[in-house]
Amino acid sequence: MVAVRYETAFKLYPYEKVAAQTGAVQRHPVVIVGGGPVGLALALDLGKKGTPALVLDDHDGAGLGSKAICFAKRTLDIASRLGASASMVDKGVVWNVGKVFHGDGNLFKFDLLPESGHRNPAFINLQQPYFERFLVDEIRNAQNAGAPIEIRGRNSVSSMTQHSDYTSLDIETPDGPYQLEADYLIACDGARSSIRDMMGLSFDGRVFEDNFLIADVEMKADFPTERWFWFEPPFKNSGQSALLHKQPDDIWRIDFQLGWDIDRDKELDPERIRARVDAMLSSQAGSVPEYELHWTSIYTFQCRRMDTFRHGSVLFAGDSAHQVSPFGARGANSGVQDAENLAWKLDLVLKGLADDSLLDTYATEREFGADENILNSSRATDFMTPKSKVSKTFRNAVLDLAGRHAFARPIVNSGRLSVPCTYDGFDLFGPDALSGPKVTRPGATCPDAPVKEGYLLDHLNSGFHILSIGEDASKPVTSNGITANVVQICTPSEELRTRYLGDEPQAVYLIRPDQHVVARWPSFDEKAVADALSNSIGKGA
Amino acid sequence: MSLILEPNIPDPDGFYDELLRAHEGLTDDESEAFNARLILTLCNHIGDREILRAALEAAK
Repeated sequence: MVAVRYETAFKLYPYEKVAAQTGAVQRHPVVIVGGGPVGLALALDLGKKGTPALVLDDHDGAGLGSKAICFAKRTLDIASRLGASASMVDKGVVWNVGKVFHGDGNLFKFDLLPESGHRNPAFINLQQPYFERFLVDEIRNAQNAGAPIEIRGRNSVSSMTQHSDYTSLDIETPDGPYQLEADYLIACDGARSSIRDMMGLSFDGRVFEDNFLIADVEMKADFPTERWFWFEPPFKNSGQSALLHKQPDDIWRIDFQLGWDIDRDKELDPERIRARVDAMLSSQAGSVPEYELHWTSIYTFQCRRMDTFRHGSVLFAGDSAHQVSPFGARGANSGVQDAENLAWKLDLVLKGLADDSLLDTYATEREFGADENILNSSRATDFMTPKSKVSKTFRNAVLDLAGRHAFARPIVNSGRLSVPCTYDGFDLFGPDALSGPKVTRPGATCPDAPVKEGYLLDHLNSGFHILSIGEDASKPVTSNGITANVVQICTPSEELRTRYLGDEPQAVYLIRPDQHVVARWPSFDEKAVADALSNSIGKGA
Repeated sequence: MSLILEPNIPDPDGFYDELLRAHEGLTDDESEAFNARLILTLCNHIGDREILRAALEAAK
């Protein structure tokens, strides 16, 4: 018996009986529980490196409803590396203009003016089911090209036993139970992770006493592609804040922050929701455009994380490991970064090129990332919902000043968009021997830049790389059986120069498979690069 | 030099967080008194009467 917990938007991996359900128990190098954005990205990344990945999902496709809708540049850059971004960017909505309102007043308008020289936009709005579908499309392409990836739909883990170096799993299917074993079990099974529960692990943090009403409305009318955010909206019964922004397929996401003491059933009455939406839409347009309620829900949220993301051969990634408030789009985006961090490390460990202890750095690096995300989303939440009289006084002072003076605008916080963290001072990075720009210091992700015939990140997509900028040629370096190949750029574009050279005439960068800078130097030194490469896989210099 | 009304605080979110933390645990009266002390301290740092007058105007 496999319980159906939600409706699916797309059927992506229908149940099929496999031989393993009746034969002897099979051992898999990597079993991923959960076929959401994190599990799918991890499976695709591993499979493309030639490491087998089995995904188990208790449904047969992407769940319908309110999930991630904003995918940031880093996620799109990862999807580009995995070959899945073109359809995402094509389908997604790109917006640059935002308006901030306080009560009746239009405080200010901002234009994000995207930085030039990046393949991908700063972010796109795209419903999560599409994101999952495009990943599965690319998994199918990879499978056809021989990548060892398998997805088993309607396979639900009913119990597990952790042994010293593997985990055995009992799986339920529509044809009854079977067992399998995993060298590494990766729990990508969401905020209500059943793996975490089965292991009895805690998931502590801060509960925010607030309810958010979401209404996805379908509106054919011509309405600007802008993000509108209200503090203390003037329309009746609309709560403390309200947000309007656009998704593909003429769907608009509307959020109302209702407070803590509400009657959920009453608030979900379609008539009541329509009254709110009417008031919001007519507040700017003067009249109510024609629309349909597509989907509605009320949610509360928490910011919490597991103490550690690694428990022996079981590792947690995405919402199962950490949960943030939705402001700033840090849930799915950070989860996909978890997947990317874990993929190359698991791959090296399973190929015998790195020690199992390399996986400890997955936990330490991504726990740091989770803390940064929780901090940022908590700050946004505190700004939107002041918790004391004095914090409300300050908040409203900031809003008041922001309408008149530019200086107060950067303090206005309705969510800071997800950007990847920089692993400053972490073990696997360094040295920083170049007086280069801060943005590309060791630990940072590589910013994109135009190069001859395309973009820099397209050239940093298969393992370790030596990025060599300037006339002096570098050569490939091998350490511990791992080779870093050279990407030589003799005549850098203006953007590449600004982002990677600053005032320096030339530079040599060592870059990890997840496109984080390991180390950088003013010139090529084979031994220095070999030492940094060795250190970056946890084998010391 | 004139009153700066363009963004001038590095890491504005971190600053705002620190400002509110300074008020944690204070009663409303204590917060008000704290704010008054903070304003006077900052005014002394600025010193320039022209700028202080411009700030009084900007905050109205």
